[in-house]
Amino acid sequence: MDQGIIFDIQKYSIHDGPGIRTTIFLKGCPLNCWWCHNPESQSFNKEVLFWEDRCIGCGDCLKACPTGAIEKESNNKCILCGNCVKACSTGARELVGRRVTVSEVIKDIEKDLIFYDQSGGGATFSGGEAVSQIGFLKSLLKGCREREIHTALDTTGFCDREYLFQIADLVDLFLYDLKIMDDHKHLKYTGVSNNRILQNLRELSLCHDNIVIRIPIIPDVNDHDNDIDAMGKFIKSLLNVREVNILPYHNTGMDKYKRLNIEYLLSGATPPSKDKMEHIKKRLERFGLQVQVGG
Amino acid sequence: MNDRVSRLRQKSLETPTSVSAERAKLITRFYKEKKYGNAVSIPVQRALSFEYLLKNKEIYIGDEELIVGERGPEPKAAPTYPELCCHSLDDLEILNNREKVAYAVDEKVMANYGEKIIPFWQGKSMRDIIFNEMSQEWKDAYSAGIFTEFMEQRAPGHTVLDNKIYHKGFLDFIKDIDVSLKNLDLLNDPEAYNKREELKAMRICAQAIIVYAQRHAEKAKELLVEENDPQRKKELEKIVQTCSHVPANAPRDFWEALQIYWFVHLGVITELNTWDAFCPGRLDQHLYPFYKKGMENGEFSSDQAKELLQCFWVKFNNHPAPPKVGVTAEESGTYTDFANINSGGLKPDGTDGVNDVTYLVLDVIDEMQMVQPSSNIQLSQKNPDRFLKSACKIIRKGWGQPSIFNADAVVEELLMYGKSIEDARQGGTSGCVEAGAFGKESYILTGYFNLPKVLEITLNNGVDPRSGQKLGPETGEATQFKTYDQLLCAFKKQLNYFLEVKIKGNNIIERLYADYMPSPFLSILIDDCISKGKDYNAGGARYDTTYIQGVGIGSITDSMSAIKCHVFEEQRIPIEDLLRVLANNFTGEEKIRQMFLNKTLKYGNDDDYADDIMKEIFTAFHSAVNGRKNTRGGIYRVNMLPTTCHVYFGSVIGALPDGRMAGEPLSEGISPAQGSDIKGPTAVIKSASKMDHVHTGGTLLNQKFTPQVLQGDGGISNLAHLVRSYFKLGGHHIQFNVISADTLRFAQETPEKYRDLIVRVAGYSDYFCDLSKPLQDEIIGRTEHQSF
Repeated sequence: MDQGIIFDIQKYSIHDGPGIRTTIFLKGCPLNCWWCHNPESQSFNKEVLFWEDRCIGCGDCLKACPTGAIEKESNNKCILCGNCVKACSTGARELVGRRVTVSEVIKDIEKDLIFYDQSGGGATFSGGEAVSQIGFLKSLLKGCREREIHTALDTTGFCDREYLFQIADLVDLFLYDLKIMDDHKHLKYTGVSNNRILQNLRELSLCHDNIVIRIPIIPDVNDHDNDIDAMGKFIKSLLNVREVNILPYHNTGMDKYKRLNIEYLLSGATPPSKDKMEHIKKRLERFGLQVQVGG
Repeated sequence: MNDRVSRLRQKSLETPTSVSAERAKLITRFYKEKKYGNAVSIPVQRALSFEYLLKNKEIYIGDEELIVGERGPEPKAAPTYPELCCHSLDDLEILNNREKVAYAVDEKVMANYGEKIIPFWQGKSMRDIIFNEMSQEWKDAYSAGIFTEFMEQRAPGHTVLDNKIYHKGFLDFIKDIDVSLKNLDLLNDPEAYNKREELKAMRICAQAIIVYAQRHAEKAKELLVEENDPQRKKELEKIVQTCSHVPANAPRDFWEALQIYWFVHLGVITELNTWDAFCPGRLDQHLYPFYKKGMENGEFSSDQAKELLQCFWVKFNNHPAPPKVGVTAEESGTYTDFANINSGGLKPDGTDGVNDVTYLVLDVIDEMQMVQPSSNIQLSQKNPDRFLKSACKIIRKGWGQPSIFNADAVVEELLMYGKSIEDARQGGTSGCVEAGAFGKESYILTGYFNLPKVLEITLNNGVDPRSGQKLGPETGEATQFKTYDQLLCAFKKQLNYFLEVKIKGNNIIERLYADYMPSPFLSILIDDCISKGKDYNAGGARYDTTYIQGVGIGSITDSMSAIKCHVFEEQRIPIEDLLRVLANNFTGEEKIRQMFLNKTLKYGNDDDYADDIMKEIFTAFHSAVNGRKNTRGGIYRVNMLPTTCHVYFGSVIGALPDGRMAGEPLSEGISPAQGSDIKGPTAVIKSASKMDHVHTGGTLLNQKFTPQVLQGDGGISNLAHLVRSYFKLGGHHIQFNVISADTLRFAQETPEKYRDLIVRVAGYSDYFCDLSKPLQDEIIGRTEHQSF
């Protein structure tokens, strides 16, 4: 597959793997976690974002829209033609999601080669769930490998086992998300069961020696001692987990929900305190794990 | 820092800056009463005036000081140089009352100026002479803000000392001068008389600085008599010994090494008001032998060495730039006088130049946190990461120092223009970012050049829309341009025209200084003035460069990109409409402005569309200047830096097609226009490195970060990697702003100017302007706790 859909390419990415990196965000995800801070990553289609504070009320978008979708957006009349985005001078209307070719993305990744070489960085593929676009992802990973670019894959692990093993050799570092051990809760908060995620991780850890597990710490969702202990126990049982990163929940995605005109289910939650994070770190370390706050 | 240093520092910071009339009075008396006698050549007159100043000025030794000597009668009292620029009573009034960069002027100073100084110098100062000598074209362009003129109220200088004073005293220099005098060939060399006068002048200056030091020894002796504290007595005794020994002789220890430089510094900045004061250059390398010896002999500890260095640092801060007025105050609106200490880099043999004193100097920079002296590190690929990371840790504290230079690129830049490899390696950067061969080159900055203003004039067929005056040639009505290339071609013609106006003026001004305002003291210090018998201002230096500094490359690139795209390619707006919208400063046309702002490919995003335009403009500027002959036997070159001139230049330009409103500042240095770089620091670095830096004598790149981005060891490592990467790509200089809460608040109010600002949010980084108000507020709160 030489084409896919992405929603962002972030340069000077310094928290998703070693060194200075470029993170490519592939669009579309089988999960819809309540705390997702990139809600625009979930749909596999393009979407139109509206930045209210940038709008000067000129009305150009209304004139440009062939279906009258802007006047009554809830009618779902939008056909994602992008005319309103083109017409908007201020950037208040933004089309999220670009269909791009592998070579386009590789070209963009290559722009920062000198920084990767200097810093031991590379490219990180994130999402959404990058593995959902397996053909595209595989070509991108191959492209990086041919160019000696270090690769990291930030994954939910919710994918076909086959897919994961097709690309495992092409990924230098897995950033594997682990969210909730209790399957009922997992289903409630992410929309899917965790069976496949845990099974994939177990198998992957048998054959890949560079896996970092990333746990988002969500207040009252997975931050109680029993949640943490369950995760600690599971991770301890795996082979080859290099490190665990615990990532404090943050509500920065809230604005984006508004811009997409969708409801934010976790609106009451507050980010965990430093002490709380420290406590969780210690608790996980009791399982003999290497734990770091942040990634 | 210890208590002494803390008190000296505090005093320096708290003492208000004032104007002292001491020097002006002495120099006026000297010339008025013809203290030089009759029929004395100009170099000798200047030397005698120097001697007169040093023999008659007040000697100041402050409580607890270890390094002594003040240019004025006391710290922070800035002298004036009426022979260069005679301040009017109005000027003094403005200096006293202006809101920014004020200088207290008391009634006595006013009275002295009104009664003695102004009546004598009016019409006779270099400033008056220069403005008198300039062509009408020059004056019109200057008034319109197309370029500035550095030499209109300060003297050439722009140079830095090498290591010669650390192994030679002024008695040794006198011997050198005498050898040159002896070798004069009055029979065959038609220049021999001029050389003799210049050498005589140097000799007088060398003796004068020795006398000046001796006067400090005498003063210390007087203080010694009254001193009861045994510790201070010891110090005063050491000061007596030091000032009796240096600068007549080469220094014997660390203390004397610092003191000899300080006397030399005072000499240079007393003789004339040289641009960028003066600078010791590679201080760490100069001091290292003395440090090593002192440590090996057990003479002192590194703490004592640090204390001496810190006392030395305070001295720089005691010396604000002499008061500037008019356009010069606008282009360089700061108290800072740009002494810029270089650390690290290479040794003359090409090996790693970092030593123990380098780290000591970094500690001093960190602890002192003063705007003067400025500090930078010269980073070579041969320098260890520890050196770079130590500097990054200071940078992270957010007060903008030290800046970082690419030592290997600096060497390459110097080699490009004929310096020997050893001279190049002993060079470095001074002032803001200017590369030079220390101790051997006169590299004079002559003025900023307003690139976007030339575009504005091009769009108006040679007319300045601000005044309606025709300033440039007729290069065609913009409405007749059918292609972008036609516009570019017209722009290049205008550019060339105004640069030629500037250079013709420069070539007169250079001769005026050579003939009427030589600097024989400075000439002793710069090779090969003594052996050539030629003044620094007349071509005595081994290498002679004249710089013109381009300003606003980001703004003009974005403006050109907007025209190219929206007018010629996409044809979204006819050029008639563009001209009308710009003339009306976008009034009622916010939508068009937003289109320019948001839908233009801009410099700083690693996008070749815009970056190729930048290269084209830079090349046009470079080829219009580079290689032209100056009058001192050297050539013209370009620099890309603004100091504060991008603000002044912006104030004289109407709206630009990049969406910038009339009067707003231009982009600074080679940084992208404010808020136009939205792809992060790596993209900025990539764009900036598409300019071929070795063809310049210096470029300036500013980057902004919030403190959170640089947190932890990871933050420092990544910052260091960014710098190393930029330098691999050939970048000349980079400096970092680590943003304060105040700036973030400002960013909140005017987000369009801060689109490039990255903040560390939680587990990731994001653009500040993309965050909601409450989140921004939260981050502002956080940052405040962490900033100074």
